[in-house]
Amino acid sequence: MTRKRIFFALATAFALVAGGAGAQNYPTHPITVIVPFAAGGPTDVVARIVGESMSRTLGQQVIVENVAGAGGTTGITKGAQSKPDGYTIMMGHMGTHGAAPALYPKLRYDPVKDFEPIGLAAGTPIVVVARKNFPAANLKEFIAYLKANQDKVNEAHAGVGSVSYTTCTMFNVMIGVKPTRVPYTGTGPVINDMLAGKVDYACDQIVNLVTQIQGGSIKAYAIATQKRSPSLPDVPTTIEAGLPDFQVSAWNALFAPKGTPKAIVMKLNDALSKALDTEATRKRLLDLGAVLPEGAERTPAYLHDFVAKEVARWSSVLKAAGAAK
Amino acid sequence: MDALFANLAHGFSVAVSLQNLGLCLVGVLIGTLVGILPGVGPIATIAMLLPLTFKVDPTGALIMLAGIYYGAQYGGSTTAILINIPGEATSVVTTLDGHQMAKQGRAGVALGTAALVSFFAGTVSTLLIAALGTPMSKLALLFGPAEYFALMVLGLAFAMVLAQASVLKAAATILIGVLLATIGTDLETGEERLTFGFAELANGIDFAVLAMGVFGFAEVLRNLEAPESRDVVKSRIGSLWPTRKDMRGSLLPMLRGTTVGAILGILPGNGAVLGPFASYTMEKKLSRTPERFGQGAIEGVAGPEAANNAGAQTAFIPLLTLGIPPNAVMALMVGAMTIHGIIPGPQVITKSPDLFWGMIASMWIGNAMLLVINLPLIGIWVKMLNVPYRLMYPAIMVFCCIGIYSINNDPMDVALTAFFGLLGYLLIKLGFEPAPLLLGFVLGKLLEEKLRQALILSRGSFMTFVENPVAGVLLLISLAIVVLAVLPSIGKSRNAALQG
Repeated sequence: MTRKRIFFALATAFALVAGGAGAQNYPTHPITVIVPFAAGGPTDVVARIVGESMSRTLGQQVIVENVAGAGGTTGITKGAQSKPDGYTIMMGHMGTHGAAPALYPKLRYDPVKDFEPIGLAAGTPIVVVARKNFPAANLKEFIAYLKANQDKVNEAHAGVGSVSYTTCTMFNVMIGVKPTRVPYTGTGPVINDMLAGKVDYACDQIVNLVTQIQGGSIKAYAIATQKRSPSLPDVPTTIEAGLPDFQVSAWNALFAPKGTPKAIVMKLNDALSKALDTEATRKRLLDLGAVLPEGAERTPAYLHDFVAKEVARWSSVLKAAGAAK
Repeated sequence: MDALFANLAHGFSVAVSLQNLGLCLVGVLIGTLVGILPGVGPIATIAMLLPLTFKVDPTGALIMLAGIYYGAQYGGSTTAILINIPGEATSVVTTLDGHQMAKQGRAGVALGTAALVSFFAGTVSTLLIAALGTPMSKLALLFGPAEYFALMVLGLAFAMVLAQASVLKAAATILIGVLLATIGTDLETGEERLTFGFAELANGIDFAVLAMGVFGFAEVLRNLEAPESRDVVKSRIGSLWPTRKDMRGSLLPMLRGTTVGAILGILPGNGAVLGPFASYTMEKKLSRTPERFGQGAIEGVAGPEAANNAGAQTAFIPLLTLGIPPNAVMALMVGAMTIHGIIPGPQVITKSPDLFWGMIASMWIGNAMLLVINLPLIGIWVKMLNVPYRLMYPAIMVFCCIGIYSINNDPMDVALTAFFGLLGYLLIKLGFEPAPLLLGFVLGKLLEEKLRQALILSRGSFMTFVENPVAGVLLLISLAIVVLAVLPSIGKSRNAALQG
């Protein structure tokens, strides 16, 4: 055979091997998880903890890439448009795959249609907190005070589209108040001004607030879950405190772009599940106050339906609050 | 006092373990490198290296990551002095006099002074954190939106003083910087502003992009245009060590710079960036010969360098004592701590004394290591100035581009930097200065944010700036500074009119 023919034969063989490798040999090189927020935040932390554990199951490094902006939609848009070969996945959350369609009319993706759901990772329950000296001893008094002093109270949130924004929108609608909302750029500044007593209340993820609550520098009125959190045993659930409908968790989940082969999605789902069962990983996540999905909640099918329900829920909440655009 | 010594002793015993010493060394080395490379910053580096720290205990991990952060401050000054490109946001002011000193053959002196004052500032700040950490963090809590806004206005007033030439031109440049800061997303409504449909701009312009463009690329353009002026640097390599006179001249600026930098570093937002600017302004105002500033005055290097290192250390205070990160790098450290199972907050001091005191002791060790590493390197850096410019500038441009790209993995950023390079070149040709532009940009974001928060809280009443005493005082000082800056030019034109 001529050299040219040998070359082409080898090239074809190589291409066949490389292309056909697909799901059998996946993964053959590191996988990127796009986290659509700045490094260090709760979603980023969950992604790194889970990713590190998944690296061991998959045998390839899982690398986190932070692409922050526009409430997380910039990073998710980038992820949705990447190649569906299983080497780029993303960590979406309650905002990017729940509230985003209502908040961003020009959103460039559909949370239900443009992704292959992989599985829920961890959820961080929402806690209703207020500054230390707020004149209310429990949730009922708190709500009563808010209703009576709507124009005087200040609610702080970490920016339009953030978890603290959307969850407090729901809270305000539920109790029927229209407080003055003070926007900040991130949770740090919110906590800063709450410690200083400049703002009155906020609704945010437990992981951002737990040490402040434990230390007594801010007050927690209720946690929006079914059961009390082990890291905050003295904080009643919203069910116990008298607002049972306020059940919110800032859930985080892994997604792959539409068109990613089913076999690869299942491999990733399996690695995720194994990570959530690993003792060390579980401990790290539970210490943050996170709530982990169990059993049927871990399947891609469950996530698919869950996302659809969340989009509907947040759409109606935000419309009712007049915050939808 | 005894408790303090006991705690520090405990901290040192933790910090001098072989593993922690090694991690500290690795951290500061990487930090120095990161600081020297224009564009690449500590945030990207720490984020990249976070996974490596999984294998190590939390104290060791944080020691290394912290080393990267304050190491970058040392490295950033090196490029600022040698090639007029600030490696970090906090090194912008060092370019003003530092590079002039390099042109006069005093690069070694500038680098040496920068290293020495940084070490002093680092030592003092470490002691401050150890002794006054918790009270100082309470200071940060005093600054609500109204006070913060007033501080930013004061910063703008400083920026006007910063100018060498026309105060009017400086004011114009500052305002352009503030305008550039408005590009991005609106705070209250989440709507995009001035992004012209580019999704990449939705988060605003990155400081590094602006700085690399206006300082880096513009500088290269300027040097290519006037090749003769570059040879001046080559011919005059003076002594590598500061003279007695230099040391005496740097003493007070160093002390003042450390104080200003240490206080401003605690403030959330970008307090640490304000420090060097404030110090430079202070030195210029307090000097008996302010005309020397901008021509290679050693005070213009000593003060700001002390301020930027002090600020880098005290930025850890809100993180370690309150669990609140004052800037993006500290937010990353929060993530690092959380991943390692330590949730930052007020109880870190009591629940994890190894971590708290070990980190403080390690910060001092890190500063000492940086001094020992950087001083001998000065000779090498100075020799680098001999490299023909036709070899240097492609290297500079490539590194800038790589650095900028590494921030967001976005080619749009590099294109933007090029655009700002042209803009910066244009500004220089028209007689404007780039430093006020950058300061205006940094202040602009916080200025608008804090103004609107203050007004929301006060339900639209501007009286809030008077009712809050700290805010009122700061605004008065700003007014005084502006008036004093403008007065001489009014006096001059009046004299000219009278004589003419």
